[in-house]
Amino acid sequence: MRFSGFRVLQQALTGHKGWGALWRDPAPKPAYDIIIVGGGGHGLATAFYLAKTFGQARIAVLEKGWLGSGNIGRNTTIIRSNYLLPGNQPFYEFSMKLWETLEQEVNFNAMVSQRSIINLFHSDGQRDAYRRRGNAMHLTGAGGELLSQDQLREIVPFLNFDNARFPIKGGLRQSRAGTARHDGVAWGYARAADQLGVDLIQHCEVTGFLIEGGRVQGVQTTRGDIRAPKVGVAVAGSSSRVMERAGLRLPIESHVLQAFVSEGLKPNIPGVITFGAGHFYISQSDKGGLVFGGDIDGYNSYAQRGNLDVLQDVAQGGMALMPMIGRARLLRSWGGIMDMSMDGSPIIDRTPVEGLYLNAGWCYGGFKATPASGYAFAHLLATDRPHETATAYRLDRFHRGYVIDEKGVGAQPNLH
Amino acid sequence: MTRISGGLIDRDAVLRFTFDGRAMEGARGDTLASALLANGVQLVGRSFKYHRPRGIFTAGSEEPNALITIGTGAAQTPNTRATMVELSDGLTAFSQNHIGGLTRDVMAVNDVLSPFLAAGFYYKTFMWPRAFWERLYEPIIRRAAGLGRLSMEADPGVYDEGYLHPDVLIVGAGGAGLMAALICGAAGLNVVLADEDMRAGGRLLAEREVLNGAPAPEWIDTVIAQLRQMGNVRIMPRTTVFGVYDHGVFGAVERHADGPVRQTLWRITAARTIVAAGAIERHIPFENNDRPGIMLSGAMRAYANRWAVTAQRNADDPIAIFTSTDDGHRTARDLIAAGVPLAGVIDTRADVPLSPDYPVFRGATVAGSKGRKGLRAIRVEGDGPARWITAGALGVTGGWNPNIALLTQRGAAPTWSEAHRAFLPTIGAGDAMMAAGAARGCGDSAMAAIADGAMIARDVVVALGKSAPDIPLPEAEAVGADRPAGDIWHVPSKRRAWVDFQNDVTVKDIALSHRENMRSVEHLKRWTTLGMATDQGKTANVTALALMAELTGKPIPETGTTRFRPPYTPVSLGVLGGGDTGAHFRPRRLTPTDAWARKQGAVFTEVGPWMRAQYFPRTGEDHWRQTVDREAMAVRSDVGICDVSTLGKIDVQGPDAAVFLDRIYAGLMSTLAVGKVRYGLMLREDGFAYDDGTCARMGDAHFVVSTTTAQAGLVFQRMEFARQCLWPDLDVSLMSVTDAWAQIAVAGPKSRVLLSRVVDDFDLGNAAFPFMACAALTVCGGLAARLFRISFSGELAYELAVPARYGNALMERLMTLGADLNVTPYGTEALGVLRIEKGHAAGNELNGQTTAQMLGLGRMVSGKKDAIGAVMSRREGLANDPRRLIGLMPIEAEGTMVAGAHLFTPDAPRNLGHDRGWVTSACYSPHMGRSIALAYLADPVEGETVIAANPIEGGELTCRVVSPHFVDPEGGRLRD
Amino acid sequence: MLIPHPLLGPRDASEFTYLGDASLMNRPDGMADGAEAAFCEYVFLRDNPAGVHRELWFHEHGDRSWLIVTRNTLTHEVLGAELAHKGGQA
Repeated sequence: MRFSGFRVLQQALTGHKGWGALWRDPAPKPAYDIIIVGGGGHGLATAFYLAKTFGQARIAVLEKGWLGSGNIGRNTTIIRSNYLLPGNQPFYEFSMKLWETLEQEVNFNAMVSQRSIINLFHSDGQRDAYRRRGNAMHLTGAGGELLSQDQLREIVPFLNFDNARFPIKGGLRQSRAGTARHDGVAWGYARAADQLGVDLIQHCEVTGFLIEGGRVQGVQTTRGDIRAPKVGVAVAGSSSRVMERAGLRLPIESHVLQAFVSEGLKPNIPGVITFGAGHFYISQSDKGGLVFGGDIDGYNSYAQRGNLDVLQDVAQGGMALMPMIGRARLLRSWGGIMDMSMDGSPIIDRTPVEGLYLNAGWCYGGFKATPASGYAFAHLLATDRPHETATAYRLDRFHRGYVIDEKGVGAQPNLH
Repeated sequence: MTRISGGLIDRDAVLRFTFDGRAMEGARGDTLASALLANGVQLVGRSFKYHRPRGIFTAGSEEPNALITIGTGAAQTPNTRATMVELSDGLTAFSQNHIGGLTRDVMAVNDVLSPFLAAGFYYKTFMWPRAFWERLYEPIIRRAAGLGRLSMEADPGVYDEGYLHPDVLIVGAGGAGLMAALICGAAGLNVVLADEDMRAGGRLLAEREVLNGAPAPEWIDTVIAQLRQMGNVRIMPRTTVFGVYDHGVFGAVERHADGPVRQTLWRITAARTIVAAGAIERHIPFENNDRPGIMLSGAMRAYANRWAVTAQRNADDPIAIFTSTDDGHRTARDLIAAGVPLAGVIDTRADVPLSPDYPVFRGATVAGSKGRKGLRAIRVEGDGPARWITAGALGVTGGWNPNIALLTQRGAAPTWSEAHRAFLPTIGAGDAMMAAGAARGCGDSAMAAIADGAMIARDVVVALGKSAPDIPLPEAEAVGADRPAGDIWHVPSKRRAWVDFQNDVTVKDIALSHRENMRSVEHLKRWTTLGMATDQGKTANVTALALMAELTGKPIPETGTTRFRPPYTPVSLGVLGGGDTGAHFRPRRLTPTDAWARKQGAVFTEVGPWMRAQYFPRTGEDHWRQTVDREAMAVRSDVGICDVSTLGKIDVQGPDAAVFLDRIYAGLMSTLAVGKVRYGLMLREDGFAYDDGTCARMGDAHFVVSTTTAQAGLVFQRMEFARQCLWPDLDVSLMSVTDAWAQIAVAGPKSRVLLSRVVDDFDLGNAAFPFMACAALTVCGGLAARLFRISFSGELAYELAVPARYGNALMERLMTLGADLNVTPYGTEALGVLRIEKGHAAGNELNGQTTAQMLGLGRMVSGKKDAIGAVMSRREGLANDPRRLIGLMPIEAEGTMVAGAHLFTPDAPRNLGHDRGWVTSACYSPHMGRSIALAYLADPVEGETVIAANPIEGGELTCRVVSPHFVDPEGGRLRD
Repeated sequence: MLIPHPLLGPRDASEFTYLGDASLMNRPDGMADGAEAAFCEYVFLRDNPAGVHRELWFHEHGDRSWLIVTRNTLTHEVLGAELAHKGGQA
């Protein structure tokens, strides 16, 4: 059934009896052409683009829990294409362009809201770095502007301009950035992929890979062996665990990132704001909750929960930047497991096992990449060639010395 | 007014408050909720989505409806539960989430439109035309969003943070918690007893229990008095333990009733914890079950017994109870005892006995209600013909859910108990966190909870190596076991029956979620927003799970569980942020010459944690550039002085110090002669440049290493890693001495003359103390000092270090002694100009993405030895990096270079594919009389023309590639 | 989190800085043949186990010792801590 305002009216008047399942719950078939491991945002997007854009059929997505139970369902929903390095910026701008038409393409309102992002700077050095980055954005058509303190006082008058330890000197704004409803993105891709015939198989954990003569033949799962000549793994957070079953070690550590939401408040915060002198970023959802976060906890973890230090650090940053949030209350916190890569950038590549492909290492930037990641991974799976915006995301870049290190902190994942 | 007799309030202490501007009165001991009820107020708020009129539903922190804004102005606090606000004189309270007033909220149109606003409707529409989302649909949605409003002014509240390290943390001061505290305290353990209520006692305050022959509050008072006397028990009312973290660390917030501090954040680290947080009652959804005047039966009892109020608008309106357990009858008995008129008890069970005191409707349900802004009647069905019964208030109970929130934040998933019809905490043997009383299903009576608290406490005492004291339990009358609860989770209806009140999730929404295959508990929550409201579904989640189980035909535990994450109840961001805010956000590090610089009227700037003098304006200078140009020129022509103490200084000593430094630096340090300094580049192990600085050999086995300001801590950490983890066999020790020495740069052609006036009997001549020499000496008549002949500006220059406490005096002395030499203090701004003119890399160039090749220092990485990063710097991507540090000058003399511009061959397209590099640092050079810059450029050719493109601010600048050494490229000046 | 410092007893984790897998102590010989491949492994590849993990923590706001902490990454339970310079090869 196609979703539309008309359909909502019609169903409202007939007691909502006509809505069907958003997707089927098929039993796994013995074999497919392509198996995607991981029913999160990236896996579902990959399946969708494989079926829709690359004309592939007989596709299954295997998810160990429920669809969208990974980081697509536990993030701060920010979308942006304000990167610096040539290996990254065109990819994220491609993703932004896909966001801009996503809802029409999948027929699902994911509430993509281009309400802007402002990265604040507090020193001349930061300003120079943001100018360099803003220019890289312009050179890929992503847009952006440098704002003065006076302009910021107009746009975000509630920031602490006059009593700050690190005074706000200006900001880099990307107006096309914003937020999207994270669950809606997963569900939109899932429903659209299902309608194109993709089998979305929930509660089906991959426990091993069928590999013969260096070639992948399929996967072993908690629901039996499933064969396929091509297997794409998109399980950020668990990449090391899953790929270990194929005998691979990855340039990745798993870390927990916490995020937070306040009680619902009448909306007052436009777009996304990031603090340049502490670990804090914030936006306000369409329900009125302040959605905010900060730094990762900083130690290897597979537990989807963090500690109090980070909450305090984040709240301290928030109070320093915008002390008007003091009377707002933290409502919920959650933790997601990040694939922290050794240079802070992702991997979309073939692996040494023929037919086995890897999409991993998204650090805490995976949500905004969802459309392009799915598209580029589908491109690679379908054509065996990387998508033109994802050519730098090679697995061998670490060994060869072509890292994509936006922050310039080197092979220490908890600093990215 | 519906105040009745009895209760635990002080009627003589009258407190005046206002609600939506109406003046009202309450008594000490009231909460805002009980005071509103006492004033006959039923309608207190509006629901989130449909703007349904709502009343007080509970008597505790699980309240979904009664969210109130307290106060006005900057201290305005939205979304406050009326049930948790201790009434105080002068309190101003406001209802929220309405347009046009609480009683005539125009947003209530949403209720009429509710068929169109079913669960998940917004995912299915608002997509066309595409551009309308941000322009039309979303603004409308956002206008309707949210509950209360922030003042948008800085929070004036004062917050504090504290640490507690008890042996035992007891959460909840009800019967179980008090008894546990008594035993743990008597055993000599340090105990923290925390309770979110303003008064200890928990559910005992809400019941008519008799302990030791007297009303329970007397037993509570006795226990509290005993605990106070012990001295090792800290009783913390108004304290919510909101989060459980690793290794026995808990977060708690204490709300202070008075005093300057609004709230304190406690980090409590406990060896053992007893969670005695009681239970939370659940309701039974039925058609229109959300009317003001409908509340939980146990809450109704609490209001009657503790606060002496009832929930009707008028005292003579009859009250009805809807129950599936014996607990509803308990409420009925207490209300009858208080003389409240009772319409009857509607019990879903057919086999319960009748009562002589009130009508019992057996095998019946409440299937509807009337009274939009306050309950007027209920429809009773099932025990004969359906009929309407007049009722001014209705108490509802479907049983109690143990309060397992804290117990599931870290631990295992809870276990479903069919006997309790509830989830119980899963606790393993030896767990540091235990549950006691109703929180683990042992709360059928006061004595059951108290006895359980005692038992658990004894286990804890023994586990902590003490012997359990023999403390008798209070005496209470035996109570018979309850009859089994009725098997009912909701009353089926074709119309709406609310499960989650605040977020307006109805039984029909759950059915829709099921129909749309959103059946896992997480999909259900996300599709319907169940449990996502400020009450986190405390009164709704288990019921919703049961409803989904009913739809799928699976048992409840297979359908899902309820687990919780911090915080237990919402916590203000103000207290989480602590007291260190505004200008106190981070500590301020001051340089040794800070006092002197302030006296000079310096303008300061933040450099990491440091406050450094940026420039020293003089009278008549009205633009910073004038000042900075003067300061820079004075260094080039005469002599300048600048505090450079913030640079990191690490003392490296030991027989293996030289070997150690060979492994730390890309270059060789072991060949450095005593009394000499060498520039050093440190690489990260991945081969990229990490930090640079100087390495001075003060003695055979003694080096002083300098680092950049930004990396001082990190370099030290990394050197300690190398010493302890990589080469523990080397005999070397490290000491960070950044704070121990004040270091002052003395730079310019007259620096030697100036220095000669402070050194004691020391030959500064070029032969005796040449460029890159160092020495320990004394200055100013015996003051120990270190002198380094190094230069950042390219001029003849020195850095003189003295013990930090003499830094300020040395600065003053240099200024006095150099007056005739035009000695000029200069700040970080001129320092930056001087180093750009000389082509020295700094933070903008050493940004962690830089290779030694790019800096033109590829050959410095010695191939003759193993050093950190050496091997990896030879990988193809690094070794073949075509970018080099260059200088740039605009072709037109008046052109202004800006850092962050990207560089292009003039006829190349302006896109990232043709990007050749970027401008790293730019400044106006008074020496050159024009704007200059440093840049990284791929395959540079000296003299070529490139375009510096700055599209973000508009404009391009044509420039020429030149040597980065704008000043004295041969280096004659610094060797003079 | 609390780190059981072998000399100082339990200390709050906020006093420490985390580095990562204790295999970072096993630095290859930079002068050996094939050093580049060995270093690529050493610098970039990690076991990243979901379970028991030996890892390096620096007591930065304390006694400046580097510790090898054994911790379960699924539960965060700490199983032990030792001084790195006495811990030998990890």
